[in-house]
Amino acid sequence: MKQEFTITVYAENHIGLLVRIATIFSRRKINIESLNTSPSEAEGIHRFTIVIEETEEVVRKLARQIEKQVEVLKAYYNTNEEIIWQELALYKVPTDEIAEKVKVERLLREHGARAVVIRKDYTIFETSGHREETDKLVEVLAPYGLIEFVRSARVAIIKNSKGFHEKLKEFDEAEPGEELIENEFLDKQDEVFTM
Amino acid sequence: METLSLKKETTDDTTKDTISLSGSQAVLEGCIAEGVDTIFGYPGGAIMPIYDALYDYNDKLKHILVRHEQGGIHAAQGYARSSGRVGVVFATSGPGATNLVTGLADAMIDSTPLVAITGQVFAHLLGTDAFQETDVINITTPVTKWNYQVTDATEIPAVLAKAFYLARSGRPGPVLIDITKNAQIQKFDYKGYTKCNHVRSYRPKPIVRKEYIAEAAKLINAAEKPFMIFGQGVILGKAEKEFKTFIEKAGIPSAWTILGLSALPTDHPLNVGMLGMHGNYGPNVMTNECDVLIAVGMRFDDRVTGRLDKYARQAKIIHLDIDPSEIDKNVKATVGVWGDCKETLPLLTKLIETKVYPQWVEKFRACDQEENKEVIFEELHPSTEQLTMGEVIRNLNELTNGDAIIVTDVGQHQMVTCRYAKFNESKSNITSGGLGTMGFALPAAIGAKFGAPHRTVVAVIGDGGIQMTIQELGTIMQTGLNVKIMILNNQFLGMVRQWQQLFNDKRYSFVDIASPDYVMVAKGYGIEGQKVTLRETLKNALQTMLQHDGSYLLEVMVGKENNVFPMVPQGCSVSEVRLK
Repeated sequence: MKQEFTITVYAENHIGLLVRIATIFSRRKINIESLNTSPSEAEGIHRFTIVIEETEEVVRKLARQIEKQVEVLKAYYNTNEEIIWQELALYKVPTDEIAEKVKVERLLREHGARAVVIRKDYTIFETSGHREETDKLVEVLAPYGLIEFVRSARVAIIKNSKGFHEKLKEFDEAEPGEELIENEFLDKQDEVFTM
Repeated sequence: METLSLKKETTDDTTKDTISLSGSQAVLEGCIAEGVDTIFGYPGGAIMPIYDALYDYNDKLKHILVRHEQGGIHAAQGYARSSGRVGVVFATSGPGATNLVTGLADAMIDSTPLVAITGQVFAHLLGTDAFQETDVINITTPVTKWNYQVTDATEIPAVLAKAFYLARSGRPGPVLIDITKNAQIQKFDYKGYTKCNHVRSYRPKPIVRKEYIAEAAKLINAAEKPFMIFGQGVILGKAEKEFKTFIEKAGIPSAWTILGLSALPTDHPLNVGMLGMHGNYGPNVMTNECDVLIAVGMRFDDRVTGRLDKYARQAKIIHLDIDPSEIDKNVKATVGVWGDCKETLPLLTKLIETKVYPQWVEKFRACDQEENKEVIFEELHPSTEQLTMGEVIRNLNELTNGDAIIVTDVGQHQMVTCRYAKFNESKSNITSGGLGTMGFALPAAIGAKFGAPHRTVVAVIGDGGIQMTIQELGTIMQTGLNVKIMILNNQFLGMVRQWQQLFNDKRYSFVDIASPDYVMVAKGYGIEGQKVTLRETLKNALQTMLQHDGSYLLEVMVGKENNVFPMVPQGCSVSEVRLK
């Protein structure tokens, strides 16, 4: 059964790696729903957050192919239950409309929105949350002439993760300990992908 | 500066512990430090500084000028496969680099260690559609294990060291380094060359987990009908001895994938033949009868497995591989053993009981008899007037005694040769397996000869494949190399024709291929040759070819519409293998 999975990739910050990772999906004709790259908790290590909708079997194989890339340190995949995630959205609406026809204050409060810029001609709101929540505000604002809308990729934190600091130390060593190069993909324990 | 092979005169001050080198010189110093002795390549505008530097390294690095970059990279592949070392190829930017793509893809899928070095336009011209500029890094990303663009000469020693390390370690593969012209020219303080043995984000092999070995051993010890299938991993892992020791103690009949061929001598009593679409009858049928299937260094390609949902369903599967992404990729393993088979096989050997399975092995031999009756005998000793490919290979075996390196192209002749050629020694079968690249054999044979100069190299090629890279006869001419070229000419693109006959109602669509007079073409290149159509003259002609001092081209006319059997038709299970 297909479901949403979030793949978290810890990698070197090298030019070209994005293409290498992207082709792993595109050559299998799998659409990337959302992709975010950012620094991670470990210095010098980049973190990719990729959302796709696939079966677990496919995602597991994809994660192995990603981790096979020379510049990738680790790839994890998680279901939505295993992560905390947010997406940021920006909404640009005409200030006149909004000031006359809705109570801005209510809007802000009900949708947890924040006004980022208020100008005579337009106002920009910001919300963060899950897709359904940000979509809802689009609906509410649409009648008042939503000029622009944009939503960021998902960023996610794995609930069970202890972070990458310790693992990175091991990666830095030429002969890392058993824990790091354990046969973890083959391990039957669930811990594997939840760190 | 002991790693430096350039003469000291080229430096201004020999007392300093760094000297000034150009990026190009650093590339060549790096190659020498990595033990490279032969480079296949073709010059051009953007790689001219490297070629200029090469002029001074002529005594340390042999450069083989090929006739086409594709020929260059296939030659590097042949070199790597026959020598077990990293093959090196140089090409210029743009078309030079794009001509490497087929070879990179071939090396990627067949895990061949290569370092390809391409010239690139000046860094300030990148992205401007400059003359002979292509985005080589992005074009080659899916077909390289790693690639990198160098724009500053100071990066060269470290990048080259990383390239060689990545190409040969773990599961080997092709690496491409693209060097902009300015970096090739740029002088910098060269601090010597340090070999790379660690890249923090890269794990070539794991520490083997003993519990998986123990689990695998338990399955093997409890098996009544164990069956071993092996691939090129055994050869790449240099574990032929470990493998042989294992199967001999375990008493397990063993079959090979096309790339695993020659890892185990042909006449070993436990060698039961070839797997897959045109493999032997026994190994295919017994795959669906064994109780424990042990796969080592192979990746369950669709040409090996046939229909997956009917593949070895009854068996417990043990999969030993160095690449964890191969385990469970196509066939779910009961026990996956991730590791280098050079380490895992001896660990497994220790834990298994010494056994023999005479009745089980006998079943394979019974299948052999059946196959012999239906297919092999007629192929090797035909009653037809026309020659068969099989009898040519049989005659070749009798003359080489299985000691030659045999390089094959792609198609019917490849299947027949791999089925019938005898091998005593590992790294003797060189063929394009995964990618199925027609035109591979001639340049690969050239490379194979450079990689193993003291061995006889015979390239067996169809009349289609030879015409794809026939220009490499020029390379043979110029280098005075001694390779034997045997064209099995059936006047058709035989494998496609076979499929059209069997599955498309004999609608022979564009498989009727005309040939030039190959003997005359060879003559034009100063290569001796002859054409054979009669059985009486075949053996003598083969003898002449093998004994000739230098390269020789032998064209053998074989039956036009012969088919390769057995055959597992596409979409069928391996146990539905057809004998006719």
